[in-house]
Amino acid sequence: MEYDVVIIGGGVVGCAIARSLSKYTLDTILLEKEEDLCSGTSKANSGIVHSGYDPKPGTLMAQLNIEGNALIHTLSKELDFDFKENGSLIICREKEHLDQLKTLYNRGIANGVKGLEILQKEQVMQLEPNLNNDVVGALLCKTGGIVDPFGMTYAFAENAFANGVKFQCNTPVISVEKLKNGYLISCQNGKKFQTKYVVNAAGLYSDVIHNEVSQHQLHITPRRGNYMLFDKAIGNMVSHTIFQLPTQKGKGVLVTPTIHNNMMIGPTSVHMQDREDTSTTAEDLALIKELAQKSVTAIPFQSVITSFSGLRAAEDGKDFVIGEVEDSKGFFDAAGIKSPGLSCSPAIAEHLAKALVAKAHAQKKPHFIKTRQGQVRTKDLDPTAYNALIKKNPLYGKIVCRCEQISEGEIIDAIQRPLGATSLDGIKRRCRAGSGRCQAGFCTARTMEILSEQTGIPLEQITKNAEGSELLKGEIK
Amino acid sequence: MKYDKDLIIIGAGPAGLAAALSSKENGCTNILIIERSQYMGGILNQCIHNGFGLHTFHQELTGPEYAARYEKSIQDQHIPISLNTMVLSIAAHSVTYVNQTEGLVTLTCHAIILAMGCRERPRGALNIPGYRPSGIYPAGTAQQLMNIEGKSVGKRIVILGSGDIGLIMARRLTLEGSKVLAVAEIMPYSGGLKRNIVQCLDDFHIPLYLSHTITQIEGKKRVEGVTLQKVGTDRKPIEGTTMHFDCDTLLLSVGLIPENELSIQAHVALSPITHGPLVDDTLQTSVAGIFACGNVLHVHDLVDFVSEEAALAGKMASDYVKNGEKQRNNIPLHCKNGVRYSVPQSIDPLEMEQEITIRFRVTDVFHNRSVALYANKTLLKKIKKKILAPGEMETITIKKTQDIAWNEVQALTIQTEETV
Repeated sequence: MEYDVVIIGGGVVGCAIARSLSKYTLDTILLEKEEDLCSGTSKANSGIVHSGYDPKPGTLMAQLNIEGNALIHTLSKELDFDFKENGSLIICREKEHLDQLKTLYNRGIANGVKGLEILQKEQVMQLEPNLNNDVVGALLCKTGGIVDPFGMTYAFAENAFANGVKFQCNTPVISVEKLKNGYLISCQNGKKFQTKYVVNAAGLYSDVIHNEVSQHQLHITPRRGNYMLFDKAIGNMVSHTIFQLPTQKGKGVLVTPTIHNNMMIGPTSVHMQDREDTSTTAEDLALIKELAQKSVTAIPFQSVITSFSGLRAAEDGKDFVIGEVEDSKGFFDAAGIKSPGLSCSPAIAEHLAKALVAKAHAQKKPHFIKTRQGQVRTKDLDPTAYNALIKKNPLYGKIVCRCEQISEGEIIDAIQRPLGATSLDGIKRRCRAGSGRCQAGFCTARTMEILSEQTGIPLEQITKNAEGSELLKGEIK
Repeated sequence: MKYDKDLIIIGAGPAGLAAALSSKENGCTNILIIERSQYMGGILNQCIHNGFGLHTFHQELTGPEYAARYEKSIQDQHIPISLNTMVLSIAAHSVTYVNQTEGLVTLTCHAIILAMGCRERPRGALNIPGYRPSGIYPAGTAQQLMNIEGKSVGKRIVILGSGDIGLIMARRLTLEGSKVLAVAEIMPYSGGLKRNIVQCLDDFHIPLYLSHTITQIEGKKRVEGVTLQKVGTDRKPIEGTTMHFDCDTLLLSVGLIPENELSIQAHVALSPITHGPLVDDTLQTSVAGIFACGNVLHVHDLVDFVSEEAALAGKMASDYVKNGEKQRNNIPLHCKNGVRYSVPQSIDPLEMEQEITIRFRVTDVFHNRSVALYANKTLLKKIKKKILAPGEMETITIKKTQDIAWNEVQALTIQTEETV
């Protein structure tokens, strides 16, 4: 098959780039190695949209953060994904470190961050009464926000798909070969793709893909972070995202509400060798527990509903690697996208698309579809609208996931919509069935049945995520 | 005020069904049972083992047989029930639910009986480190997949926790040809019934490791193994005591949590120990007109006692519907010295029934110890017990006819004592 552009990687960056490119007359395909999009770093992170006070002024990261934050504000409306500007607080607990708040404030101003304010103890405690009482001050960043990282990724992907981009999952790339006029991409499943341009958005493997075609080698060290997620019953312990002032001992951990009203703490930051090791460890879980309590003293740890871990793709050069590769024309990197990568993703996409489009002399599509409709969520509907929906499709009145109140209609939508779910985790990320306090204890069996009914996959072959994660081991006697 | 219904019962498991029958027997006619699943009987439907009904029917029945008897009575009595119907919110005297045929509906009612049962504690609540592969099941979920769907969940199994469902599943899996390698229990004693230890583990030579827990789960896509470790008296793993098991499945039977999210919406006060509503001797919660029974109130060992408790709730709710709210002067029932909790937590000695049953659990395993019940400082009753264990619910009764000036009693106390 021959394409104008092959995008390698279906995380938030790859999907955002797909969407940005889909505004132009380019024949584009995105390849994802897992069974679903949003299966790597994009599925296990803090879900924070940073305001942009942190990156060093003048860096690409700083510029992209500011632009990305603004873009997420508008795109969340156009593409119908969950985002809330809840504001961030960087708290300081030692008087002698108060000047560091000023440093961060100044850095933010230099980066062009709006809505910054240094608060006194009383103001901080008024905003967040559950904070540790030894807080002496804080930097408030009003433009900081929380986002549904899955929802945002799928929104980008679905909008790109609606505008003609093709997607293939279960397609790991094993080699990229330079041709006279473009590249030949070979995949583990035997598929080959010839293309004029390549976009490398391979996340934790973006160095491996890059090194296929360039003498200027990249090197990614996965950085693992453990998180704990709490029951919605305590979701209102904090309303802002609480960061700790970075100290010599480390960056500290955050305490934040999630966009779905859980509370979350984490992450740790451990340098790893293994790019697939997303396990949690006793030490890391103990550490985030200890550090989070420095921000919020009375965290009820009996309300933890799950813990998880994600890997960030940190490149040795410290900054993002974005743009055309010098010794490999037509090959574009979006590599080493660590934090604040989620916040930057739409801006990264715009920058990269601009460069690629200029090179390809591509034209704007006359009928670009600008908006995308997300999933209906019965829980958010007013009674009149909910009743009208049930009348139209009674399955929206049949609740399957009790904890999150997700109806059969919503689960079917998660499966049947474009680029729909093919696994239980895929369903969970799209409509939240199974992500509540019982962690799918009650709804696993029924959700498996629905997935099987809708896709024709036999029950025994239904997976939690990728192949090999089948839930059942055949029939009973 | 005219209500849509006299009584709405939330849940058609053993508690809801028994409560409905009893309220009907006691003269309440305008009843509605609301059930979220497609069947009556609740979790009994997947409990295909026997051992149910010895107290209620003096017969040993399976779970579905026990449920079927109640279902038949509900049908014979023409008590209305809405299946596939999810209650979304409740308040005093109102219930909002949704289903496919009626949509979203709010009904007013005079009384409510909470009978929502309980859920299993998930893996995440335990913070066991490792990956999140498939093959980790709460024991009840595995039971549903096997007994309702007819599917095998795994071939080589380790079970964490010795709650009754885990023990029952150890036997069930063994009978299905799977190999149950070990049951690990973090406490120095089992959380399940003695009879289940004997009939489900000992009879099948399945080892029970007390004071052990799982400290690592291996396998990225599917469980490949677990590490067991001995724990000290502080329940922390002891170094150098690791045991490894190759397995494809980990079942969790690590506790049940009463499902009180609806109760909290209605501002029903909960006990931090049972995680169920605080109730008086009429099983009325802190909100007038809202009653509770079964596993939503506190987790039971035997369904027979659920039915018994629910029958009382049904009677009391129908009394409430008939007579309205009564002025009550509840006195507290204190638990001390090895008694962890009691249900009810308070009683009104002047208004109470002729005989009331106090259900309670102890904090630890005790041999040759007594349970004593006091009114103020006066001993009402003392029962000698050969063994008391946290996994076995105990009962003690109070008789109104007891020769005591009930109007002077300020508190009752239940405690364990040395047997002399």
